Amino acid sequence: MNNDVTQTTDKTPAATPETTTGGRIYRPLADIVETDEGVTLMLEMPGVGADDVDVTLEKRVLTIRGKVRTTSPEKLQLAYAEYGEGDFERSFTLSDDFDPERIGASVWHGVLTVTLPRAAKAQPRKIAVTAS
Amino acid sequence: MFQPEFLRRSDPFALMRSMLRDFDRLTPALTVRPAFPAVNVWQGDEAAAITAELPGIDPADIEITVKDNVLTIAGERKAPQVPDSARWHRNERSYGKFSRAVRLPFAASQDKVEARMTNGVLRIVVGRPEEDRPRKIEIKAA
Repeated sequence: MNNDVTQTTDKTPAATPETTTGGRIYRPLADIVETDEGVTLMLEMPGVGADDVDVTLEKRVLTIRGKVRTTSPEKLQLAYAEYGEGDFERSFTLSDDFDPERIGASVWHGVLTVTLPRAAKAQPRKIAVTAS
Repeated sequence: MFQPEFLRRSDPFALMRSMLRDFDRLTPALTVRPAFPAVNVWQGDEAAAITAELPGIDPADIEITVKDNVLTIAGERKAPQVPDSARWHRNERSYGKFSRAVRLPFAASQDKVEARMTNGVLRIVVGRPEEDRPRKIEIKAA
């Protein structure tokens, strides 16, 4: 152990306009996996509970927002800080073939998982021809 | 007329930033591996607290040990279970074992340490031993 300043994992600020309150907005790290059923997004949003997540889909743009509940222990002063606390925001442009009705989201220990199932392929329809 | 996205922006540093981001992504081996997790240290008269962001880690996989004035947080970030047929679009999160030692402002005993995890944020409160607390010294009349 030494007294040098340790380089730690850094959070990236989101490329969004600044907030009026001066609070920071971070870009959550994402893992995106495509499976047979659709696409799964996993975003790291520490400090965000299930009630504070907002997932919206508007004109193919999926926006994920998370509000952080700050952890400041009572009666203690911050002596040394390596990370900042702030809300999370990130948006993705999707292709057309997702089913907006079946998008699911869940939070587990600060990781938001969004499942985007692909829309069922339009079934070919047989048109009966009647003799007139 | 063709105009790339970065020229249309009002932000003059957008191109530089996007290049730096690409550079960071493509050459991970050249940069020093940063320590994980990043910690914030809080201090008070009766206790000290350490907070760290550990998203996606089961509290059962985290091991916290205290010896004298060194507190160690160790554990493993497990990769998500995906089927073999899955195709990765992006992989920005990292996985694997981690260990981080933090020096406390005082020597603490193991039984005075309390850890709690909420929404992926770990909070460890370490009680300050009685003999270490600041003591008011009375001035006697001569």
